[in-house]
Amino acid sequence: MIRSSASGLPKLTRHVWTVWHRNFDVFMKTWHVNFLPSLIEPILYLLAFGFGLGTFVTEIEGISYIQWIAPGLVAITIMYGAFFECTYGSFVRMYFQKTFDAIIATPINVEEVIAGELLWGATRATFNAAIVLAVVAAFGLISSPLFLVMLPVAFFGGLLFAALGMCFTALAPNIDFFNYPTFLLITPMFLISNTFIPLATFPSQLQTIALAVLPLTHVADLSRMLVVGKVETLGGLSPEWVLVLAAVWMAIVTAVLFILAIYLMKRRLIK
Amino acid sequence: MASQVLIKARNLTKRYNHFTAVDHINFEVHKGECVGFLGPNGAGKTTTVRMIYCFSPVTEGELTVAGMNVSTHSREIKKMVGVAPQEDNLDPDFTVIKNLQVYARYFDIPKAEATKRAMELLKFFQLEEKQASAIDELSTGMKRRLIIARALINQPQILLVDEPTTGLDPQGRHIVWDEIRSLLKQGVTVILTTHYMDEAAALCDRVLIIDNGKIIESGEPQELVKKHAGEDVLEVSYDETVLKALKEELPEAHIEIFGDQIRVFINQPHGVFERIVKKFPGVNMTIRNANLEDVFLKLTGRKLRE
Ligand SMILES: Nc1ncnc2c1ncn2[C@@H]1O[C@H](COP(=O)(O)OP(=O)(O)O)[C@@H](O)[C@H]1O
Ligand SMILES: [Mg+2]
Repeated sequence: MIRSSASGLPKLTRHVWTVWHRNFDVFMKTWHVNFLPSLIEPILYLLAFGFGLGTFVTEIEGISYIQWIAPGLVAITIMYGAFFECTYGSFVRMYFQKTFDAIIATPINVEEVIAGELLWGATRATFNAAIVLAVVAAFGLISSPLFLVMLPVAFFGGLLFAALGMCFTALAPNIDFFNYPTFLLITPMFLISNTFIPLATFPSQLQTIALAVLPLTHVADLSRMLVVGKVETLGGLSPEWVLVLAAVWMAIVTAVLFILAIYLMKRRLIK
Repeated sequence: MASQVLIKARNLTKRYNHFTAVDHINFEVHKGECVGFLGPNGAGKTTTVRMIYCFSPVTEGELTVAGMNVSTHSREIKKMVGVAPQEDNLDPDFTVIKNLQVYARYFDIPKAEATKRAMELLKFFQLEEKQASAIDELSTGMKRRLIIARALINQPQILLVDEPTTGLDPQGRHIVWDEIRSLLKQGVTVILTTHYMDEAAALCDRVLIIDNGKIIESGEPQELVKKHAGEDVLEVSYDETVLKALKEELPEAHIEIFGDQIRVFINQPHGVFERIVKKFPGVNMTIRNANLEDVFLKLTGRKLRE
């Protein structure tokens, strides 16, 4: 991990994984409860959108509608899994349970607590993505051997959404506050980030916004490439460049949000 | 034999924005001592304790634990300190024993050793039967004891207990007191905060009386009582004429009026107050032993417990 530095970067050691381990233990206690919704939800979406809507929309970019939305579902799962873990989940641990205060009284520092939470959010996203991928596979919708690469992508995409959620957690005066980012950011992303509706059908300004500031667009593009081997060509860019752009964009934004989340939480917790 | 100084504060100050919660305090804690921070709510006790375990950054002044500066050696210091915070922050997602095991992991204690220590602590704190219980099944007293047990999982040299018995019934308080006493016998250095006089008197070798972020007096409990409140205190219901008469009878006495009560302190051996009581046969007067609360009242003109 990133080691201590004078530059103001977070001081992180392997203690990060000790914090992660705490959340993992809680998760394992109730894994069956966590498992079921992740399994049922994608099945419902595939049935309703794929088979229902799919009878009207027969083909997009040369593949069936159900196959077109399957990678979108994986991307959405990553976003929801990580974002809600590091908003509602982290807020409960921080505010109601005072778990962070308890850990900071041990040799683990506040930066490590937050980094551990973020890695845990990414882990949840990966876990949920794996279940959705299994469902998608069971529906016979995977057509690229690269689909396994989707697991590390889920982790890094998850880290991005975890860090985004944690920034809101650092600013949240109470738990109801999360309604704002959910309805103003997460739900719009759910709808316009090339998940259920091809981005190319939107006005060009909206396309630009989706590519410039909405992380889900990039996760969905990567997912579609890895799961069904299909890359959209946007704004005249070649498929390879769309993917490079997505990966670079995610790497930069994840790094920035990761450091920002730790900074904001430190400011909130250390008095 | 000079005893070893474990904690040393020089002009230690903590400000929250512009509010000064701890104001240039100086103190030392020696190895094996039980030192009490005694003061009303808002005095700055918790803030001081939080600086000792490197939770709150020091605004000004110097604070060292075992010779290490809190702002540069937080990890090393936190390894040797056990913290039982004022508020309940036990982990409600885990059972009683799992709370101790997970906490041990934060200190890198191997699993087998952690379980061994957890079992010993549960036994010592009479929580063995509750080891598989959920946290919200515990009574307030049991939670307090589990928090102290958790603070001992890393076998700390210094134990910080912030208001260990606030909200407990008398029986619960005595159990906690007994346990703190036996920890002291084992050589653990204890810092305890409290707003209960009897608690400070029962447990502490030395108390620091804190008010508005300042240490206004310090010393052994009995010495402080003797020095400031004498042997006995006379209590009388407030009455203009009685007050005047008392001032005439005892010009050297220190008289405090609190609410509807007059309290008279005097630095003279027993017997003086008995003479006064006989002199005012119609007036209801009580003589009782002086205590730490009287010291606080005399020093600040205010009652401590509010
Ligand atoms: N995080 C904080 N921000 C602002 N003021 C605080 C904070 N924590 C404590 N205070 C104030 O500092 C003073 C001392 O608080 P504290 O140390 O908790 O007192 P005690 O433990 O003696 O009751 C109080 O007036 C309290 O309101
Ligand atoms: Mg306090």
